[in-house]
Amino acid sequence: MAAARTLSKTVLLALGLVAAGAQAQQASEIQLSYKDKKFDPAEISAPANTLIVIKLKNLDAKAMEFESRTLKIEKVVAGGSDAVINVRAQKPGRYEFFDEYNEKVARGALVVK
Amino acid sequence: MLAALIIVFREVFEAGLIGGIVLAVTRSVPGRNRWIAGGVLAGVLAACAVAVFAGAISRLFAGMGQELFNAAILGVAVVMLTWHNVWMARHGTELAGELRAAGLAVVEGKKSLLALAIVVGVAVLREGSEVVLFLYGVLATEADTGFSVALGGLLGLMLGGAVCLLTYFWLLRIPARALFTTTTVLIALLAAGMAAQAAAFLERANWLTALDNVVWDSGWLLSDSSLAGRALHTLIGYTDQPTAMQLTVYVAILLITFALMRLVGAPVKVAQAARRVG
Repeated sequence: MAAARTLSKTVLLALGLVAAGAQAQQASEIQLSYKDKKFDPAEISAPANTLIVIKLKNLDAKAMEFESRTLKIEKVVAGGSDAVINVRAQKPGRYEFFDEYNEKVARGALVVK
Repeated sequence: MLAALIIVFREVFEAGLIGGIVLAVTRSVPGRNRWIAGGVLAGVLAACAVAVFAGAISRLFAGMGQELFNAAILGVAVVMLTWHNVWMARHGTELAGELRAAGLAVVEGKKSLLALAIVVGVAVLREGSEVVLFLYGVLATEADTGFSVALGGLLGLMLGGAVCLLTYFWLLRIPARALFTTTTVLIALLAAGMAAQAAAFLERANWLTALDNVVWDSGWLLSDSSLAGRALHTLIGYTDQPTAMQLTVYVAILLITFALMRLVGAPVKVAQAARRVG
């Protein structure tokens, strides 16, 4: 185990030195609402390689947790309140999100083009 | 019921791992159970308070209150963990040796216990507030399914407790000599991982924008939302898409911890050894 840890640390260090990537400038803003365990619209889109800001209105009385594994977002939104969600610039693709408290039914996706 | 079990378990899993490590670290300190139970209790109470004020916290700092709050409490935990390691580098020999029961060691041990109790409290607080919000939401609006959800939640909590005990007993199987080194490394990695997580929260709040490029994507190998990925996320701060800033913070915390341990710990140990020989 100690060897594995040392190895993982070394790998982290080595990869930390190989830093490169695209920079993003302007943010594109998307409005999204949540009611009766449904996102509206269920599919949103944004251009690739720009910052994205999702303005989410939770119209239900209950709290929900906006989560996306691929976008690395977890945010609790209290009942009847708004939330601002910053998404870092993404490569083109389809990124699913959901309400963690109702994962099976309350789903939506962000399509980056 | 199963959905509630999974949600609650996912949230308490991390707190369970951290609790197990802290229990193992403090195994020989008298009165540790009371301190750690106090940490858990304080964490639960704070989680309820955070859940009640979730909306208000969110609205702070232009909607980024939650991210900044998370970053801040993670920061507190990082400081406490690092302080514990540095403290142990200085006093570890006293505690581990026959002086374990000596008055001084007990008094000094309490300080370290407080730091670790805070770490446990913070872990419970972070995950707990989401559990409270979820269970409250269900119980308040869906009375018919309330019972089965509450049962699922309770089972999830018990599973989290089982993770805590498993971690604890697994660590205790390590021979006493190696245990100190193991827990020191574990705590340093835990602190570095939490610091990187705090950096991620600051990035999401747009408070930290430097070095925000993703360095690699190892999601195909081990997703950080899988169970193994989550365990590694808590233990060593694994994430499948780290930014350069997260890696920098991670490495910096490790370097700072070991530098401080050397600076603060080494001379005292030498002096003690000399005294013992003389």
